[in-house]
Amino acid sequence: MTTDVHQLDDGAWISVNDSREINVSDLWLLARHEFCDCEMADFLAEGVVEVGVDAPDIAARFAGRCIQCGREGVTDWLTVGRVIDPDDGQFYGVVPESVHVPRKRTRLARPE
Amino acid sequence: MPSKVENWKSEVYGSEIREHLMEFAEEGWDAIPEDEHDAWFERFKWWGLYHQRSGQESYFMMRIGTPNGVIEPGQLEVIGEVAKEYATGPVDNPEFGEAYCDWTTRQSIQLHWIKLEDVPEIFEKLESNGLSTQQACGDSWRNIVGCPVAGKDKHEHIDAWPVAEDLHEEFKGNDDYANLPRKWKVSVTGCDQGCGQGDINDLAFEPAEKDGELGFNVRVGGGLSRKEPRFARDIDVWVPPEQASDVAAGMSALFREYGDREDRFNARIKFLVDEWGPEKMRRVLQEEFVDFELPTAGEDMRDQYTYNAGHDDGHGDHVGVHEQPDGNYYVGLDVLVGRMGADDTIELAELAEEYGSGEVRLTQRQNVIVTDVPEEDLDALLDEPLLEDYSPDPHPFMRGSIACTGSEFCSLSITETKNRQVRYARWLKDNVELPDGVQDFHIHLSGCTASCAQPQIADVSLRGMKTRKDGEPVEAFDIGLGGGLGEDPHFADWVEMRVAADEVPGYIENLLAAYEDQREDGETFREFIAAREEDALQDLATAEETSYEDPYMHNTKMTWYPYAEDDDMNASPAPTDGSGQPLATSDD
Repeated sequence: MTTDVHQLDDGAWISVNDSREINVSDLWLLARHEFCDCEMADFLAEGVVEVGVDAPDIAARFAGRCIQCGREGVTDWLTVGRVIDPDDGQFYGVVPESVHVPRKRTRLARPE
Repeated sequence: MPSKVENWKSEVYGSEIREHLMEFAEEGWDAIPEDEHDAWFERFKWWGLYHQRSGQESYFMMRIGTPNGVIEPGQLEVIGEVAKEYATGPVDNPEFGEAYCDWTTRQSIQLHWIKLEDVPEIFEKLESNGLSTQQACGDSWRNIVGCPVAGKDKHEHIDAWPVAEDLHEEFKGNDDYANLPRKWKVSVTGCDQGCGQGDINDLAFEPAEKDGELGFNVRVGGGLSRKEPRFARDIDVWVPPEQASDVAAGMSALFREYGDREDRFNARIKFLVDEWGPEKMRRVLQEEFVDFELPTAGEDMRDQYTYNAGHDDGHGDHVGVHEQPDGNYYVGLDVLVGRMGADDTIELAELAEEYGSGEVRLTQRQNVIVTDVPEEDLDALLDEPLLEDYSPDPHPFMRGSIACTGSEFCSLSITETKNRQVRYARWLKDNVELPDGVQDFHIHLSGCTASCAQPQIADVSLRGMKTRKDGEPVEAFDIGLGGGLGEDPHFADWVEMRVAADEVPGYIENLLAAYEDQREDGETFREFIAAREEDALQDLATAEETSYEDPYMHNTKMTWYPYAEDDDMNASPAPTDGSGQPLATSDD
């Protein structure tokens, strides 16, 4: 079974295998990032811009703002969770408020 | 490559969704295959059903589209009864009770906690009374808005109500326009005050005279969402009322054919107008989508616009007692943040029958209007106890308040909105003196950048945010100032960012004190803000705690329902069956 990932409702949330898994409005701590000049960005996710699958990781780019410095923009790719076994499709989400390192590339989730 | 939503739409969309919806309703929530949830919930929007946010699975928001906000005699009672019978959730709202109706900024009605299993009965009740949820959400012609007193207004040059009715009849359920790249919002106005808010719609018809004939100038590509606000652009076209439908058909067909179906974030027609410019919009409309020569724009009436225009002598809403051209009166009532209890709604319907024609209208400021009240009945209506809660003469802080749905039900919102705005308005009324001469002061609170509360066209704009207070994340707002419509509309300037929610009332108090202290003679608030540079605006006032207390500082989005005693996501009863009993989930 392939893992089906998309963002819906104007980027309000990420669906993984037709289950709502990641919502906007969480704060994400970003380290080793280029989003802003803060050593650790305190990033408010306001909208999902793009989603991708780089098995087993599910990744997304979010629009939002660092609430420390106020910089607005779109993040690089953040791992939002994993589907370890595509056959059972079980999603294991990351904890947004722990530290995340954005990466430059991932494979885009495309419509089938 | 078309987006996933486009793929779902290409399989099933438009009127045909209903048949599936009814089957699912008959069989129950469980009948929707789990791997088709997203596709069906996207499609159900076309029939006015929007799946509520995480933690509230199996419950829907239902939107009823009432063109131009006109609720015909007998319909309001039905709406109230439907709300009372079907729009009750597992937990009451502490401000509004167990069942309520929301009057929206697009003159529509929203009910919450609707169960799929109840949809057939609700549709039966609504449709047998001339009401419908068709195309209230989704990628199609949405509810048509306009001056809420069209046909009953002394400032009117053209009665826009028959035009709005024509458009509603023509484009609701019309398969040719059922599947557009994105939502399609239309405004039609015939008065010279600008209260149709055409500037923030995808397509606007505004009154204009051409060679001695009254008709409409056409503007395209307005909208407020996603930090990309645009005012509708003038495409230099005039139409007589009888051809408005042809031009509307042409422009929505242009959108259907040329709108972006690959990137939903770039799909609204405002982005096509950005790309093409008004001249090309006009040329393509003329060459490909209408079969008569489009006249150039006529002489508009924008220099007379007074609605939300930032003038002292303007008008900010339709609240109050106003004479109609036929000698009767309309009475505009303030509904704080647009939410009215179901029992109050039914009582209002009775009052409208008793004192007026039974008709009630909704405004784009989330208020209601009782129309057609004979002069001799005015005093008795004004003496009714219901009008103590929904006043025709409210305090400016009450009448100026607008709030969107917020994290109570909405997936996109960052913050709690309606209950908070109620508390803000009450605190401001009790604690802050408005500067002399200020009659209208608009504070619009939107939980996110979607801008459903239209924050950018308010005196004070509040947009949902987060910040940290004592190291803890709390709900907050970006604050914008000086927005409004009128001849020269202006979006609010974002001045103060990430203000903790409990410091917003203190900021507004300080802001108004600064305005009173520093304003020139006769300078309106909007002029006062426009006259200052960014640095000066930032120095104008500080945010601070006051006696105001905010019970929603925590991350309300993390709860299943912010007002539940046990609000933890795991305590949610959802999803439930048709009787509201929790269903076992596949994880159990």
